Amino acid sequence: MKEFLFVFRNDYKAVPPGSPEEMQAVMKQWMDWIGGIAAQNKLADKGNRLGSEGKVVRANNIITDGPYTEIKELIGGYIAVKADSFEEASEMAKGCPIFNTGGNLEIREIIPM
Amino acid sequence: MPLTSKRHFYFFMKENELIPHLFRTEFRKIVSVLSKLFGIEHIEIAEDIVSDTFLSASELWGLKGLPENPTAWLYTVAKNKTKDYLKRNHLFAQKIATEIKYISTATAEIEIDLSTKNINDSQLAMMFTVCNPCIAAEAQVGLALNLLCGFGINEIASAFLTNKDVIYKRLQRAKEKLRTEKVRIIPPTLLEINERLPNVLSTLYLLFNEGYYSSSQNFTLQKELCLEAMRLNYLLIENDITNKPSANALLSLMCFHSSRFEARTGTNGEIILYDDQDETLWNKELIQKGEYFLNKAAQGEQLSKYHLEAAIAYWHTQKEDTNEKWENILQLYNKLLQIEYSPVAALNRTYALAKAYGNAVAITEAEKLNLSGMHLYHSLLGNLYTGVDNIKALRHYETALALTNSAKNKLTITKNIRSLNLKQEDPAKVIS
Repeated sequence: MKEFLFVFRNDYKAVPPGSPEEMQAVMKQWMDWIGGIAAQNKLADKGNRLGSEGKVVRANNIITDGPYTEIKELIGGYIAVKADSFEEASEMAKGCPIFNTGGNLEIREIIPM
Repeated sequence: MPLTSKRHFYFFMKENELIPHLFRTEFRKIVSVLSKLFGIEHIEIAEDIVSDTFLSASELWGLKGLPENPTAWLYTVAKNKTKDYLKRNHLFAQKIATEIKYISTATAEIEIDLSTKNINDSQLAMMFTVCNPCIAAEAQVGLALNLLCGFGINEIASAFLTNKDVIYKRLQRAKEKLRTEKVRIIPPTLLEINERLPNVLSTLYLLFNEGYYSSSQNFTLQKELCLEAMRLNYLLIENDITNKPSANALLSLMCFHSSRFEARTGTNGEIILYDDQDETLWNKELIQKGEYFLNKAAQGEQLSKYHLEAAIAYWHTQKEDTNEKWENILQLYNKLLQIEYSPVAALNRTYALAKAYGNAVAITEAEKLNLSGMHLYHSLLGNLYTGVDNIKALRHYETALALTNSAKNKLTITKNIRSLNLKQEDPAKVIS
């Protein structure tokens, strides 16, 4: 069985922060979706959410702020799943709450070093 | 957990029940103390001495009547027999006196301390000895039953639904290992506690589950397994250095579960499912204890699987089917499965999903689980399809029936099929 990384991207400016109740409801959708993958014994890593601020370091010690939240597709978090193929992984990605807010999900195979 | 006064208790116990009862409760306590003194390699000598003590008890008590305090009598006789044994076996006495460091002065008379404190310390030390990483996990549970709870080979075999030879060999191998690895029964160090506590807890958890979910028909044995697991867990909590949040969480879980003991078995020995239980039979005192230990467990940073399972069990003590209840249970299962997958947790999560969001959602999720070899999976789908598609429900129940060997499970499934037939008649009636 292989492992795949799910990278969540979203336009975070387009998503209103919402009331605490709304945020809780969104959190619950995510927990239900991840719980569903875990219930199939296919969750490899429950992953993390990422803060919206960041820095980019380039050659010659050039450090810039960013990527900015103005970017349409900012990485907001990740999890890792177990699957035999991209097809199976894509099947698991269906129902991800990221689609409710216009975001997307990138699937990448994890190659062990 | 205070018991009613012991004198009062013995008064009501017939003599022919008293000795087996004391055998169960006291035999291992004395053996633990003696083995700690002699070293685990001499456990057979300790067992012989204590067996001999009980033999004397059964002979003398029958002739002369019960002593004033039967337990104290046993302790005194066991002490004397140990001293006699050491006198008769100079070589052995010298050997343990020089080898074993727990004795203050090697030449002084060996002190046999059967105080409650030393019994508890010895059993606690024994618990951490049994959970030595050199012993295989399944043997650890067997050893715990044998060395700490006084279960015989027969009872262990019946609890594990396997034959005596398998258990006998498993225990011999494990004891041999303790001997060859020269494992000492000494109070665990802080490092060992941190390293082995998860093992100790999982042994107690298995021990409890062995009793609670065992397919064995022996109701008394099941209950005793659960009580023993709770007693040993309580030893951890009574001791300051092992009184960790996860130990409290596990005890809380056990209290909540065992509160339903009387309600979950029907007159024919079949399991009465949660939904059909008479909640007036739930033990309120145990529920309160469970809440107490759950609060204790909350004092810490760590969230163990026992915390989540105890919280799930807490919600199950609320009989009323509120949305809040099932959504909480669902979220707890979501978290639990992220910490540790188990097929039973996956099935229970799906049940909670049905209760929170309806059967249709749960059926879709259930079919992704890939557990079609388990009778419980088909029982769950039978349940979820009931009222949605009774033909499919029946098919799943029939598969479940074919997949289980346990008479108890068969009874439960047959009962479900019968109630399905009743529900099936309804549309026909409408048509006719």
